[in-house]
Amino acid sequence: MGGYAFFVWTSYALTFVVVIANIVSPIVQRKKVISRIKRTIRREQLQKQDNV
Amino acid sequence: MWNWIQRFSSPKYFYDMSAMLIPWFAISALLVGVYGLYLGLFVAPTDYQQGESYRIIFVHVPAAWMSLFIYMVMAVSAAIGLIWQIRLADMVAAASAPIGASFTFLALVTGMLWGKPMWGAYWVWDARLTSELILLFLYFGYMALQSAIEDQRSADKASGLLAIVGVVNIPIIHYSVEWWNTLHQGATVTKFDKPSMHVDMLIPLLLMAVAFQLFYAAVVLIRTRNEALYRDRNRRWVRELIGRM
Repeated sequence: MGGYAFFVWTSYALTFVVVIANIVSPIVQRKKVISRIKRTIRREQLQKQDNV
Repeated sequence: MWNWIQRFSSPKYFYDMSAMLIPWFAISALLVGVYGLYLGLFVAPTDYQQGESYRIIFVHVPAAWMSLFIYMVMAVSAAIGLIWQIRLADMVAAASAPIGASFTFLALVTGMLWGKPMWGAYWVWDARLTSELILLFLYFGYMALQSAIEDQRSADKASGLLAIVGVVNIPIIHYSVEWWNTLHQGATVTKFDKPSMHVDMLIPLLLMAVAFQLFYAAVVLIRTRNEALYRDRNRRWVRELIGRM
């Protein structure tokens, strides 16, 4: 890269990191949201059993 | 017409419809991006002044354009949420903020990595760089308000107001290179006569911009679906959906 290799490749590496982060983060977020809701459903079912 | 809007703006309808769109956006983003990178890194000629370092342009400029575009999407969605109480709009705004912040960050750091060899400095407090940094703070402010305020509606109002007021920064960023003495290069593409860039460099640049747009579309759809599930977590459509999982 004509002596500019560090600057050019670091820029592309950071781009890659940002792209990956933007893919991984919402996937992880989705898993967390779903498991949290499942736990709430489970907790409510247990409470209903206790109340019966 | 109001019934039509209400139907299409229901989170449940959005959740069902968006599932089909995401793979199309994701795959086309990948294809356009790979082709744009190939052209930009291996086909586009060397710049007579900047040598190979100018190739940072193929990620720096699309990232900067996205930072502005996503902010406008966020602000317009927030305004729609505030004015017409359409909750899906607030979800889109909240979903967009972290994506926009990451592109703003990318624009700033790739700019720094371009500035060091070309200008001799990683950073100068000129109008373009400073206003883009302020944009990053606006994104952080939006996300902080969403995090800090417990009641969702109040959080959306506060962060939405910040987003709307912050729109003033967008024309400042864009016109900064015209209005003030600036180290940063002036507009070559986003002005009203034909771009002053060679077509062999312009094509990969535009392809990368399109790829980033398609990528944003895919990611914001995934994030908005997460917002819909979370915000409607006590509603029947979510409970039934999760129950079936």
